Amino acid sequence: MKILFDRIDEPGLNTLEVYERRGGYESLRKALRMTPEEVLSELEASNLRGRGGAGFQMGKKVSFLPHGAIEKYLVCNADESEPGTFKDRELMQKTPHMLIEGLVIASYAAGAGRSFIYIRGEYAQQADILDAALGEARAAGYIGERILGSEHSLSVVLHRGAGAYICGEETGLLDSLEGKRGNPRLKPPFPANQGLYQGPTLINNVETLSTVPAILRMGGAAYAKLGTETSTGTKLVSVSGHVQRPGNYEVELGIPSRELIYDLAGGPPQGRTVKCWFPGGSSSPVLTGADLDVPYDFDSMAKAGSMLGSGAIIVVDDSTPILDVALKTAKFYRHESCGKCTPCREGTNWTVTMLERIDRGEATPMDLDIMASVQDHIIGNCLCVLGDAMAMPIGSMIVKFRDEFEAHMEKRRVQAPEPLEV
Amino acid sequence: MSAPDRSRGWDLPADLASDPATIPDPATTPVPAELRSEIEAHMALYPDSSSAALPALEAAQRVHGWCSPEAIEQVACVMGVTPASLDAVATFYDMLYNEPVGEHAIFVCTNISCSLCGADELYAALLDAAGEDTAFNVRAFECLGACDIAPMASVDGVYVGPLATADVPVLLEDVRTGRPVLAEKQLLRRACADPGAGA
Repeated sequence: MKILFDRIDEPGLNTLEVYERRGGYESLRKALRMTPEEVLSELEASNLRGRGGAGFQMGKKVSFLPHGAIEKYLVCNADESEPGTFKDRELMQKTPHMLIEGLVIASYAAGAGRSFIYIRGEYAQQADILDAALGEARAAGYIGERILGSEHSLSVVLHRGAGAYICGEETGLLDSLEGKRGNPRLKPPFPANQGLYQGPTLINNVETLSTVPAILRMGGAAYAKLGTETSTGTKLVSVSGHVQRPGNYEVELGIPSRELIYDLAGGPPQGRTVKCWFPGGSSSPVLTGADLDVPYDFDSMAKAGSMLGSGAIIVVDDSTPILDVALKTAKFYRHESCGKCTPCREGTNWTVTMLERIDRGEATPMDLDIMASVQDHIIGNCLCVLGDAMAMPIGSMIVKFRDEFEAHMEKRRVQAPEPLEV
Repeated sequence: MSAPDRSRGWDLPADLASDPATIPDPATTPVPAELRSEIEAHMALYPDSSSAALPALEAAQRVHGWCSPEAIEQVACVMGVTPASLDAVATFYDMLYNEPVGEHAIFVCTNISCSLCGADELYAALLDAAGEDTAFNVRAFECLGACDIAPMASVDGVYVGPLATADVPVLLEDVRTGRPVLAEKQLLRRACADPGAGA
């Protein structure tokens, strides 16, 4: 069943004309005939869990906003930068009006009068397409003052980032949107109470908002029948790395992971096997070839010791040393750490240093224990989860591939050109 | 090769002898009229005009080529803030340049998925082929969000991939002559991988 990707390559789907011809903005009309509370109860009935990474129930998040005549903000997180993730990019590029329609409906349910779409600066082409679509939607009266004759008004500003992974973290995003360095904030207060400009703020991912029109069309209860009981609906999954047909696939949550990796994405190249895979972007603990039959949904992934995250599978085949994967991962987080919290700033740096030491033949197995303890000391000790996002996959690699790390260490030690000074 | 250090100048001695720079005086700070109106338009979009810092710096960078002291001074003047507050912002983001760079930005994604598919070799080949040509700003970049076309690059904002090292000379020649870069390999032309998505 395709909800988001239904005939996604239809020429001109990015224009209002084609989108309307397919019934676009009918869900918005329907929503505006309902009360905001009724719209919210549909969202809650759908059990839709946020598609950005945390998997929090969207309807519940909307309901956390305070009521009353206070200025509220809706922010769409389009800063997709979790390594391996590229689903929002395809949505914004090919069907931007679906996002805009979902955004307006969500703002109605939340009572927000101002909204911002924070898109990563690298997505310049997608931002231009989205900008053009916003222009069309404005001209057609789908955004602006008194939308379609209702009492609801909404302004939308497209805000382009300038290259920083941390701005995908919701409070880092808010600081960046306020014109500052993208440093995460202490929580609580949570954005629902004090977010953008200290006002109540709802933050949702592109895919989450893009799903909202379908929920209104089908009804929340009907949507909840898709997928599993606790992971409802369909999900876009980005599959990349060592697979023959990398790309985005829309699947019902709960299908076997093997089906995604092998049947849809074609599996690793001929003669190769899956060594490990990240199920939810590079921040998720790695799973191995033995975990391929784990159902692809939020709870099953958590039970298997990992997470669904942003829905990005990165496959690594048996031709790649685990050290290379660990080093790439750690270097990324070292570069992207904002530097505000010590465990993350120092922990990412020392992890890279220790991995490099292994590769130079200067390490002993004890270094693996030290490295593992560094990971333990990062987790839960920072304002945001960027450090955890390195510590979880690296920690899982040390546990699952310890033998290989030790063999690598020994091989390099023997190869080392000069004896180590004691 | 490691990515450039974001915190430029952290090890430079601080100038403690003079007072911190104040908000530039409009009377003595010339700002190109077009740049001024673009920044003012951005400021008008937000309930708090300081939100315009990123788009304003990006606009100034387009005029000056990088976030030079002069560019920062001009943005600070229009926005009515101190240069230091903007310098703090400009040094945080990878797409704002703190030193002069080549005109054409070629960002090669070297994150995990691209790297598994040969991005490190691609980056080395691009660096080598661009050589001393100062028209190019070739740099390794973290995940650009296009792992479906790995290994890939963003060439002046246009995504192309999957790239082989054999594509490198054509890519550079396309940029030099102003042709659309590797027209056949542009991401925007790519169909959805999902067989059920259909046109």
